[in-house]
Amino acid sequence: MMVEHRPVLTFVTHATLILGALVLAFPIYVTFVASTHTLEVVTKSFPLLPGSHLVENYLRALTVGPRDVGATVGTMMLNSLIMALGITFGKISISLLAAFAIVYFRFRLRIVFFWMIFITLMLPVEVRILPTYKVAADLKLLNSYPGLIFPLIASATATFLFRQFFMTVPDELCEAHRIDGGGPMRFFFDILLPMSRTSIAALFVILFIYGWNQYLWPLLITSDQQYYTLLIGIKRMLDVGEGQAEWQIIMASTILAMLPPVLVVIFMQKQFVRGMTETEK
Amino acid sequence: MEKRVVFKNRVLPYILVAPQIVVTVLFFIWPASQALVQSFLQEDAFGTASAFVWFDNFADLFAGAEYLDSFRVTLTFSSAVAGAALSVALLLAVMADRALRSATVYKTLIIWPYAVAPVVAGVLWFFLFNPTVGMLAFFMKKAGLDWNHTLNGTQAMTLVIIAAAWREISYNFLFFLAGLQAIPHSFIEAAAIDGAGPWRRFWTIVFPLLSPTMFFLIVVNIVYAFFDTFGVIHAITRGGPNYATNILVYKVFNDGFINLDLGGSAAQSVMLMIVVITLTVVQFRFIERKVHY
Repeated sequence: MMVEHRPVLTFVTHATLILGALVLAFPIYVTFVASTHTLEVVTKSFPLLPGSHLVENYLRALTVGPRDVGATVGTMMLNSLIMALGITFGKISISLLAAFAIVYFRFRLRIVFFWMIFITLMLPVEVRILPTYKVAADLKLLNSYPGLIFPLIASATATFLFRQFFMTVPDELCEAHRIDGGGPMRFFFDILLPMSRTSIAALFVILFIYGWNQYLWPLLITSDQQYYTLLIGIKRMLDVGEGQAEWQIIMASTILAMLPPVLVVIFMQKQFVRGMTETEK
Repeated sequence: MEKRVVFKNRVLPYILVAPQIVVTVLFFIWPASQALVQSFLQEDAFGTASAFVWFDNFADLFAGAEYLDSFRVTLTFSSAVAGAALSVALLLAVMADRALRSATVYKTLIIWPYAVAPVVAGVLWFFLFNPTVGMLAFFMKKAGLDWNHTLNGTQAMTLVIIAAAWREISYNFLFFLAGLQAIPHSFIEAAAIDGAGPWRRFWTIVFPLLSPTMFFLIVVNIVYAFFDTFGVIHAITRGGPNYATNILVYKVFNDGFINLDLGGSAAQSVMLMIVVITLTVVQFRFIERKVHY
């Protein structure tokens, strides 16, 4: 907010913001530029303006694939998408059901379950990687889509968010529904679910980004190239040892890896901001 | 807080929570307890027998310089990431708050890096500072600064801090801006009428009112730097050179998966769990975002 007119300060304000936005965008711009040149140009002359090999580089990445990785970027993007959507829909569905049970029923293990879910909030995959890997191996989940998805879909955050929301739903709605002789599942699908639309949309955006950006877990459980996600693929492209990394292809793949989550943030900004602030409560 | 009106059914609630509970037990509670058990066991060289060794694994961790070094590296890394990301974000948020109508435009321009994965952030900055093909490394060499983060530990640390802080700026910005916009206009006006300039108003009114947001973000940023930056390290330095960027999360991965030291890795996992739990408790206690049920 501004309470007095100070032209110099206004100038400084806009200058700082524009500079900030430019610095934040700079690495992406350089990456994009590099993805439109030949390897020769990228590694020798540090181009600052886009070149003419955009279509060639992206087509090669998408359909032929980078050297030494054994999967095309097209395949890896599909894997990333399956993982991201699987995690998103999985988390939202199991959280909705669990929150519904905890809020709308009284049962003996309710408090126990609540705390079990709460504990998961505290234990990110990073702190228990080896034993979690062992469970996945024992369940034959290595190199599979369920293996990429299931270990990441337990989320206390989503469950709490829906629980919080359900608490604010007026009791009269439930009462009226019961007087009309409706059962709990009808109430869930006909009344609760439509009312949760905005919360679901906000969570969808946050969870899609979370799912798409998973790295450590897919790194552990995928050794078969056909299950590589794009982020794993990009890292593999960099590991060429003594050889020359194909920077123009790596940079094209990097742009493709950023595109889906960044577009989601830009075009669903309202849901994104809502999701960010709500999940932190 | 309880619902007054509930459904009566003996079986249904268990069916409804079952998917969540099954996943939680299989992939969270069981592995975490396994880590706890493992951390008290030591396997022989062939992995055939294991013996209960009490706190030997933990004692080993703290006896060697390597683990303490990793702790020190993690503390340096996380405080620098949090410090950099918070101060830049606060500056930008204060400016955006002043920019009034154009605030939303700037917001869009500033929040999107948050959508970029840590490992991708690592790749972007690794490319810019790459000693052989990187543009910034090239210009620094021209300016007389010999940049090679694959050999120089301080430069490696600087680079991973920049890459990790870069995407966190967006996150902090969003929360600072929301915090600033929630401050009542009348407070600022009253101070302005009393003759306080923008600088003075910021430090005596705005900043104190922003302190809950600040505190919350400090905890979130430290958690981020501790646990979500594996990709940044893996893409840029792999913990090197000479362990200069070997943060705890990277070390637990390296010892468990590359060096296959089960007991040691489990003990490290347990230490990390203690850190996460402490941070979570601190967050809930001080910020009063308490969970009710």
